Amino acid sequence: MPFKLTEEFRETAARIRARYPRADAALIPLLHEVQREKGYVAEEAMDELAKFLELPYSRVKAVVTFYTMFNRAPAGKYHLQVCRNISCHMAGAPGLLARLREKLAIGEGETTADGLFTLSSVECLGACGAAPVMQVNETYFENLTLEKLDALLEDMRHGRLLTGAKEK
Amino acid sequence: METILLKNLPDIEAYFACGGYKALKKALGLKPAEIIEELKKSNLRGRGGAGFPAGLKWSFIPPGGQGQKYLVCNADEGEPGTFKDRELMLKNPHALIEGMAIAAYAIGAAHGYIYIRGEFAAETALMNKAIADARAKGFIGRNVLGSGFDFELFTHRGAGAYICGEETALLESLEGFKGQPRLKPPFPALKGLFGSPTVINNVETLAAVPSIIENGGAWYAALGTGKSGGTKLFCVSGPVNRPGVYELPLGTPLRELLEVHCGGMKDGKKLKAVIPGGSSVPVLTAEEALAVNLDYEALAAAGSMLGSGGVIVIDDGQCMVKLLQVLARFYHHESCGQCTPCREGCGWLEKVLDRLEAGGGSAGDIDLLYSVAEGMTGRTICALADAMAMPAMSFIKKFRGEFEAHAAGKVCGN
Repeated sequence: MPFKLTEEFRETAARIRARYPRADAALIPLLHEVQREKGYVAEEAMDELAKFLELPYSRVKAVVTFYTMFNRAPAGKYHLQVCRNISCHMAGAPGLLARLREKLAIGEGETTADGLFTLSSVECLGACGAAPVMQVNETYFENLTLEKLDALLEDMRHGRLLTGAKEK
Repeated sequence: METILLKNLPDIEAYFACGGYKALKKALGLKPAEIIEELKKSNLRGRGGAGFPAGLKWSFIPPGGQGQKYLVCNADEGEPGTFKDRELMLKNPHALIEGMAIAAYAIGAAHGYIYIRGEFAAETALMNKAIADARAKGFIGRNVLGSGFDFELFTHRGAGAYICGEETALLESLEGFKGQPRLKPPFPALKGLFGSPTVINNVETLAAVPSIIENGGAWYAALGTGKSGGTKLFCVSGPVNRPGVYELPLGTPLRELLEVHCGGMKDGKKLKAVIPGGSSVPVLTAEEALAVNLDYEALAAAGSMLGSGGVIVIDDGQCMVKLLQVLARFYHHESCGQCTPCREGCGWLEKVLDRLEAGGGSAGDIDLLYSVAEGMTGRTICALADAMAMPAMSFIKKFRGEFEAHAAGKVCGN
């Protein structure tokens, strides 16, 4: 798929660029912008961004693949990210993950055929006092139980849940 | 006790009503050296985990007006068990902004960045609004309050990498690179962000600065104990009745935190162990935990660390082999891959723990785990390898029986 940086993107980029003494410091914020717009960072987007910032493609790719938040393939409408670290583990995260695998019939890193859900387990989300925690797109859902999880899934299936960037 | 940091003042008008930004006005009437002196007197130590004296850190910045200098706030909160900086940014964002303006004036920095972990989208939006409000009132921007001091402040979102909480990895990330820690020296105070002198402080450290300037370093020091000045935010997670963030004077008994503030163990569970300072510090048995005070010196004497103040409570229904496996998977996932002992060591520990957990281990695996962990310590650019090795060695030393049961074929299946 051809990828073109829009005029709007270039304006945003100029505003972000002005915060730093060097253009390449804007790389990660601009990758966030690409992902906000497209839902993921495609190879073509990396290429365009590299040209735009006058950086080698390898630098952009190295950064994209180092950080876990950048998706390199389209994710589902709802990206379910269950924390698997120690406090969430003790509070029942393995049960949440098992329930999601069963109900969605996908494994971690996979997307449902209808494109609605992508399932991931992630490391500490920094909300351990409210464990177990799941992040859906940009929103945290805390103190989860299997019942609450089931209700959330129903809300998502019926498009009743607002979770940040994608629905805007 | 009246709290200093944990106040519910999310907007600037509420912050004003509680005397907000008075400390900045006062600071701008002082000489930078006087502010640094006050910080030293306060015994404020870095709240991100390392506990380095904040005043001393600021004093390493070469004084004088030449050249660019930077102030960076580390809000890349990712240490498992730690969730205080998030709470501070949501509830008291202007304490952080005011603290940063004072710190920037003291070290002569005209630019500041708040590096916020990428997952904290709501927190970033709130900080952006708070900065805009502070700018509209003249606390941020050109000629702050007519003093002639310029200070620009921006947020910068990370993108999911625990290692970026390490200060030089954070600088690499802020410059648009992979977050791989730098060799030191040179230290950031001389060659930091974009090659310029830089101070990097944790959110909680900077948020404490206004109260120190307003009330004096001696006042702050007296709130704590010995060389641990002031109050500290403790984040309690695990099976207690009231998990959450508590602000308490340094030196408070851990028993008081758990039994009084957190309301004791949940559902009659029995305390087995406590990791007192985020997942990277050595574990304490229940007996050790209930006898220790929460300050830098007391926890060091007990063989652990205050760290970030992330108090992880573990009950006797938990399997220590499984929990160490959870941690090993985490450190292996987050190792940046630069140093062999860390990149390989974390992976080996995870692999051996996987087979112990699955019942396919052998008696020799326990000593193997310990020796791999030992071989990882003190041999890498940053502290991530040690952050894996310390819990590993302490889990094995203090709960060896559970590892032996697994080596003999026990499978918990949780």
